[in-house]
Amino acid sequence: MSNRKPETGGFFQRDWTWQPPAFTPAYKTSILRSPKKALMSLNNGPSEITGPVFGHSEIGELDNDLLLNFSSNGELPVGERIIVHGRVLDERGRPVPGALLEFWQANAGGRYRHKKESYIAPLDPNFGGCGRTITDENGAYSFRTVKPGPYPWPNGVNDWRPAHIHFSVFGHGFAQRLITQMYFEGDPLIWKCPIVQAIPDEDAVRQLVAPLDMANTIPMDSIAYKFDIVLRGRRSTLFENRLEGN
Amino acid sequence: MTQPLNYLKESPSQTAGPYVHIGLTPNFTEITGVYAEDLGIRMVNDQTEGDRITVRGRVFDGMGAPVKDALVEIWQADAKGLFNSPSETRGQADPNFTGWGRCPTHMETGEFVFETVKPGALPFNDGRMMAPYISFWVVARGINIGLNTRMYFSDETDANAADPVLTRIEHQDRVPTLIGKRDGNTVTFDIHLQGDSETVFFDL
Ligand SMILES: [Fe+2]
Repeated sequence: MSNRKPETGGFFQRDWTWQPPAFTPAYKTSILRSPKKALMSLNNGPSEITGPVFGHSEIGELDNDLLLNFSSNGELPVGERIIVHGRVLDERGRPVPGALLEFWQANAGGRYRHKKESYIAPLDPNFGGCGRTITDENGAYSFRTVKPGPYPWPNGVNDWRPAHIHFSVFGHGFAQRLITQMYFEGDPLIWKCPIVQAIPDEDAVRQLVAPLDMANTIPMDSIAYKFDIVLRGRRSTLFENRLEGN
Repeated sequence: MTQPLNYLKESPSQTAGPYVHIGLTPNFTEITGVYAEDLGIRMVNDQTEGDRITVRGRVFDGMGAPVKDALVEIWQADAKGLFNSPSETRGQADPNFTGWGRCPTHMETGEFVFETVKPGALPFNDGRMMAPYISFWVVARGINIGLNTRMYFSDETDANAADPVLTRIEHQDRVPTLIGKRDGNTVTFDIHLQGDSETVFFDL
């Protein structure tokens, strides 16, 4: 973290033409899990502008290495070795240092290590599928994994998820809390997926598609993809009414 | 022409999906040996100040069925109304209280449980005091963007009646959807995603 004083402004209003609405019937599970009444708008106060902080002491050395963090005897998981890297920024374009990123994914065959998962593709004994890291002072992060496979899911009779990695992000305020998914450049399944299509704007979808990044590829070792994540920006507190005690 | 504002757009949200546990509570789904313990399972320790409470409840879908693959996070002030966060400018929060908890709903019962303390009151933007509350954030398969709500306390009748947020809710018959029912040290708070008793959710 930098020496900069922590910021205390409220966050930019969320753009609901950019974010997916709750009710997206082509994604069937959303039908009964979507609030029907209007959200109540509330200016940010102390409970929104603050948030928990996670320290490097809580993070293990292999937490950002999915190639090794589950393997019992140093054997590697099957699949394309990839590096995923990028920055966490806010809507002002400022880096978000100290952000906790947690990620999870299927193995190279599209199979998750989970009790409720029954896809025919096999588990990989050397792949757990979870990792985490904290962004550095420039908001940068990276981790190593295998490229996840696409997989079928019960929605329509023949719906397939594009290859993706799930991301959970903590910024500096609880109102910045975000869960999203990263997709891979060139995957033809992206534009057929009802979960992707919950996002109303094509440019917004593109924001989740990570390009191949040859400049950061390690020759003869791992291919790189670059994925930047943007969290809500903070308003400046200049000229704002001060909360009591500020 | 004008100068461009050059703001970026917030990354669009996507559902946490059915396997959210792999990433956020791997030990809960029997992926052991990667993290020593799941984050957010302990908010208090022996030295935490305040009134110890257990917050429990379930998340229901529009048919009234409990959602068994949701994940709930809470964020709250300590017993004095202060947040354990660098952006807290009003004072120093209790170092023995994290203020943040994470709990997956039980795969059979759908229940979430938090061992915490009752938060102190804190001021609204205009300086008026708010009734004590805990912020909730709910994600699950079928939820495209995390849902924000709050739990207030049934043993704060007077403070709730004067609360600047609760009193602003247009349909006052919806206020009870935000009140956790306290019985001894247990506070029960059910969240209804949809239906007649749909919980009030916030755009924060
Ligand atoms: Fe997935």
